Amino acid sequence: MTSPRRLLAKTIPFLILVPVFGSLGNVLLGKGMRGMGGIQQWSLSTLAVYSLRVAANLWVWLGLGSLLAFFVSYLLILSWADYSYVLPVTATGYVLAPVLAHLLLGEIVPGSRWVGAAFIFLGVAVVGRTPPTTTGRD
Amino acid sequence: MRTFLLLAIIVLSGTGGDIAVTHAMKRIGEVKNFAPRALLGVLRRFVQSGWAWLGIGLMALAFFSLLAVLSWADVSFVVPATAANYIVGGLGAKFLLKERLSGARWAGMLLVAAGVALVCAAR
Repeated sequence: MTSPRRLLAKTIPFLILVPVFGSLGNVLLGKGMRGMGGIQQWSLSTLAVYSLRVAANLWVWLGLGSLLAFFVSYLLILSWADYSYVLPVTATGYVLAPVLAHLLLGEIVPGSRWVGAAFIFLGVAVVGRTPPTTTGRD
Repeated sequence: MRTFLLLAIIVLSGTGGDIAVTHAMKRIGEVKNFAPRALLGVLRRFVQSGWAWLGIGLMALAFFSLLAVLSWADVSFVVPATAANYIVGGLGAKFLLKERLSGARWAGMLLVAAGVALVCAAR
């Protein structure tokens, strides 16, 4: 099993990569889907046409690429760190998402959402002080 | 109403998917070699795991629900609201993955939950 110091050293870069790729992917997908408009009818033919339009959207593909990078980083860190550690500590993505949505999509973000984001960030800080793994498996 | 129904599906299936995928990765073991060939080996073992496919299926359900809800709701509302998975995820980690959650971890998760409540109240 890897020593605690080495474990933390290899954990930290992934704690940055996971939320950055995840938030960027969500915002890019949001940009792509916003251009599509809402789904008005749920018939198979309408959904098929809608799916083709989504598949032809560059922003959707960029979002998917970013989410793929997120998923691989997420899998790797879960091979050694607790899920209950990774999940809250990568919550910085929830702070990044409103920031990116405001900057890239021009969304108006209410003040109470920023307060909520601050609570999330504080929670991340508390969990980040605990050891990455408690199960002792390698 | 449909927004909150889809948010519930996103949280429950997303967390279930995460737990199944975590179980698959724990069975593979700690990744120590990040060379491309070694990572491909990890990926090969991952796709051979039934837990991985269960997790991917649940994540796909969460993903398509997210895709649908993003077509009419704000990203800055939808994404933070799905943070309810911190509570569900904490319970899953304790009871299904047998992780030892300290008081600090639970405190952090409660802070995140408070953050989610504030974010949702802004709707």
